This record gives sequence, C-alpha cells and structure tokens, in this order.
Amino acid sequence: MSGSDLQLPQLRGMGKTSRTDAWWLQPGAILLGLTAFIAYTTWAALQGQNYFYDGGGAHYLSPFYSPLLFGQENEPRVFAATHPSWWPGWLPFSPAMLILVGPAGMRFTCYYYRGAYYKAFWGDPPACAVGEPGFRGKRYRGERKFPLVMQNAHRYFFYPAAAFVVILAFDAFKALWFTRADGAGSEFGIGVGTIVLALNAILLGGYTFGCHCARHLVGGGRDTLSDAPVRKSCYTCVSWLNRKHMAWAWVSLVWVALTDVYVRLLCAGVITDLRIV
Amino acid sequence: MPRATFRITRGSGESAAFKDYTTDVSEGMVVLDAVHQVQAESAPDLACRWNCKAGKCGSCSAEINGKPRLMCMTRLSDLDLSMRVIIEPLRAFPHVKDLVTDVSWNYRVKQRIRPFKPRKPDAPDGTWRMQQSDVDRVQEFRKCIECFLCQDVCHVLRDHHKHEEFAGPRHFVYAAALEMHPLDVEDRVGDLRGKDGIGYCNITKCCTKVCPEHITITDNAIIPLKERVVDEFYDPLTRLFRIFRPRKPEAGS
Repeated sequence: MSGSDLQLPQLRGMGKTSRTDAWWLQPGAILLGLTAFIAYTTWAALQGQNYFYDGGGAHYLSPFYSPLLFGQENEPRVFAATHPSWWPGWLPFSPAMLILVGPAGMRFTCYYYRGAYYKAFWGDPPACAVGEPGFRGKRYRGERKFPLVMQNAHRYFFYPAAAFVVILAFDAFKALWFTRADGAGSEFGIGVGTIVLALNAILLGGYTFGCHCARHLVGGGRDTLSDAPVRKSCYTCVSWLNRKHMAWAWVSLVWVALTDVYVRLLCAGVITDLRIV
Repeated sequence: MPRATFRITRGSGESAAFKDYTTDVSEGMVVLDAVHQVQAESAPDLACRWNCKAGKCGSCSAEINGKPRLMCMTRLSDLDLSMRVIIEPLRAFPHVKDLVTDVSWNYRVKQRIRPFKPRKPDAPDGTWRMQQSDVDRVQEFRKCIECFLCQDVCHVLRDHHKHEEFAGPRHFVYAAALEMHPLDVEDRVGDLRGKDGIGYCNITKCCTKVCPEHITITDNAIIPLKERVVDEFYDPLTRLFRIFRPRKPEAGS
C-alpha cells in the first residue's frame, strides 16, 4: 500500500486527548465489572460446596456447576463419583473447574467482550480518540499473530456454550418439580429459585444465540437467503438478538452470578426460598 | 447576543498551534457556521474544507472537542459553550493547513479493492434477477459519504500508523458491499486477510460510534467479513465442507 510516505501527526501519549467528556467512565466501569465478575466466579468455583439446594423438595443447581459431572450422592451428578479418578490428589477439586472453561472461553473470545476488555484492560485504545501507551506504536499486531489470532476460534466455544444453554434450560425445567414431603414422587411448583433459574437460561440464551458467529453460521455467511426460508428466518431472529448483544452480554453476566449467589445463600441457610405455586 | 470561544488549529505540520477566536453565536448555528464567521471576522486565511453543509458530502470532517465529527452537523446547542470549543483537523492523515488534511491515501486504497464482478446474466437479454431481500443487506453500506471519520478514529491508523498494512473501516464497508452482493462472484477474502489487514481490527466499535450515516460498520460489515476470513483460513471444518460446496459460483457460470 502506498502509504509509507505519509507525514502523520505526532502520536499522543497514554490517555492524552482533546475530549472534554468523561471518556474514562465506560472503560472504568467495564474494568470494575469484569474484575468483580472474574473474582467472584473464581471464588465460587473454588468453593466446591453450597451449589445444590434441595431444601423443601426444591431442585436448584447453580449454573456455575451445571452440568454437575461429579458430586455427592444426593446431588444430580452425571458420574457416580465425587471427583474424577485422574484428578491430582494435591489439587483441591471442585466440579465447577471442569465446566467453566466452556462459558469462559465463549465470553473471552466474544466480539463484544474483545472490544470491551481491549479498551478496559489493555488500553488499546483506552477509549475512542484517546491516546495509547507509547511503547506499542507500529509494533501493534492486532489479532493477526499469536496469541490473539486464537480469537478466531470463537465459534468453537460457541458450540459448547449453546449446549450449556440447553442444559441450563433443563435445570430450570427440573426446578419446576418439587419432591413431595413424604418422598413419594414429585409435584409441580414454582419457587423464586425456579424463576431465577429460568431467567438465567433465557438471558444466557439471548446472549449466546445472538452472538456474531451464530449470525454468521445460520445465514450471514451466504450472499443469498431468499432461496432458504428457514435459514432466513433464523438469520432474522439472530440479527434481532444481535442488535442488543452488548445488553444481553451484561445482563446475562450479572444474572448468572446472582443465580449462583441465590443458590449459595439458600444452601447456607441465610435466606429461604419462597414457594409461589 | 451570546459569545463563544473557539480554539482552532492554525498553521501546518509540526508548527501548527491552537489559536483562540471569540465570536457571536445564535440559535441554530452549527460549528461550520462559527468557523465561517471566524473566517469573515478575524481569520480570512483560515483553511477549512466544506461543500454541501447538509451532512452529505463528507468534506467538513474535523475533531470537535476531541471527537471526530462533521462540522456542519454539530450544533452549537449540543456543546458546552461556557468552555472553549476545540476544533482540530483529522489526526489519521497528513496535515496540510489549519483544518485541512490530505485524505488522498483513502482513494489509493479504494482503487486496490477488487471491483464488482457479476455472474453471467440470468436472462438472454443480458439482465439479472435477484430478490430485494437479498440485496437489502448491502444497501446500508451504500449510505457511506466518505467523510473518513471512521478512518480517523480507528486506532490502527490513528495511533499505530498501519496505513501500509490496513485498509481501515471505510474500505471494509466498501468491500462488504461488494462481497455480500448477491450477484457478485469475486473473492476478496484472501485480500481482506492479507493486504487489507482485517486482523488488525480489534473491534473497538469506534468507527460505528462516529459514523454520521449511522452505518453499523463493526457489526454488519467488519465482523461478518472477519467470520468469512475464519471460514476460509482458520476453521478446518468449514474448509472441509467447502470442498463439497463452494461459497460462490464461478464467474460466468
């Protein structure tokens, strides 16, 4: 490209700008929000307890631990063991450790979050039209080289994330059924926890199925959709969700953490679940 | 009549400096009006580029209080006139004088993008048939007025000076308009990854925020093109499927 002879203005240093508005507010809020979420998720994942509530016949499983591959006997575990046999004895085990990499990878490689955390954590740039750290300069490589070229694997995190949404929807369905007091079968019911779990599945579904790679996979990769009415309908729906992808991303992020908090508080006996139906 | 102070870049190159001008302002004025008033009253040699004064020619691009905007579409009533209003030239292009920059680099880049290449005509009279719904998708991209505000705010050009390796958001919009057109059979995906450097884009969405035509540049043009690059170069499964089902028919087939 014939641009090597361009005489460009001097670069501005980190944070230098003529902007007069509070440009630091949004990246600052993102920095705090994501840091708080990562800190809480890590803490919650390492606890290895208080993730399944069965008091009053309820069936509430924290989304951080679903699907529960390994767990205690009274818990809805997939395998009949408390932990995998290959797990190193010196390393504390928590069932969340085995599954959180899927949703975490989906969020880490998500197009929305990429733009957000590049600004908030890397200052690349700190905000639009605000100067960057001077050391990068022309050495900037973007997402062309390792490690950030790996962001192109986003769709390979989308596939398991979509499966997680189905699993969480099933958890919400199971939360509709309460074990009878006499232990003989279960009955239909709705508790506050049921609504919390259902909302969690809906919000995560809105985020996951509205992502840019879902939009591409269902039809965005084609130039014509008029000859494929089903794909066209899917593309229209995903595009509708995608328009508010940032909102879905944040609301679902906050709600999944609140869902874990709710189940954890129930298990700890701090609060009681209100049975509505 | 209220008065406001405008701090305007004067001079050229490294000798450019801010100079303050105070002038009367009245209801309905835009920044370009104020600049013209300053020209008429106290700085007849102040250079600024403008043409339509209606937000359609893209000539009067500048940075107003640090944000890339069209001067003719920025109302003074939207600015805090108790403080000096800062007016600067675009920072991603060579400075010529005062508020004027040399944006010709953009035209050279545009010439490099592979032009529209339609498939063989559908009818014997040399015409094509396509559904409106298929072509609707690219109509948004045709609203571009080439003001180059998106190029200016893009940190890859503005802060990293990657003009030799990166085409910029304006040209990704142009490439998307061609690449997603239902009649087009040209393949630009390799160029997008290679010489156009779409991988440099880290999706800050600044281009979308400053677009005066409200084109959803990042979500509707750049990310879909990035996904096509993934199909072609980074996704082994899609590449495998492509062996059996090519993405585009051959030209003239």
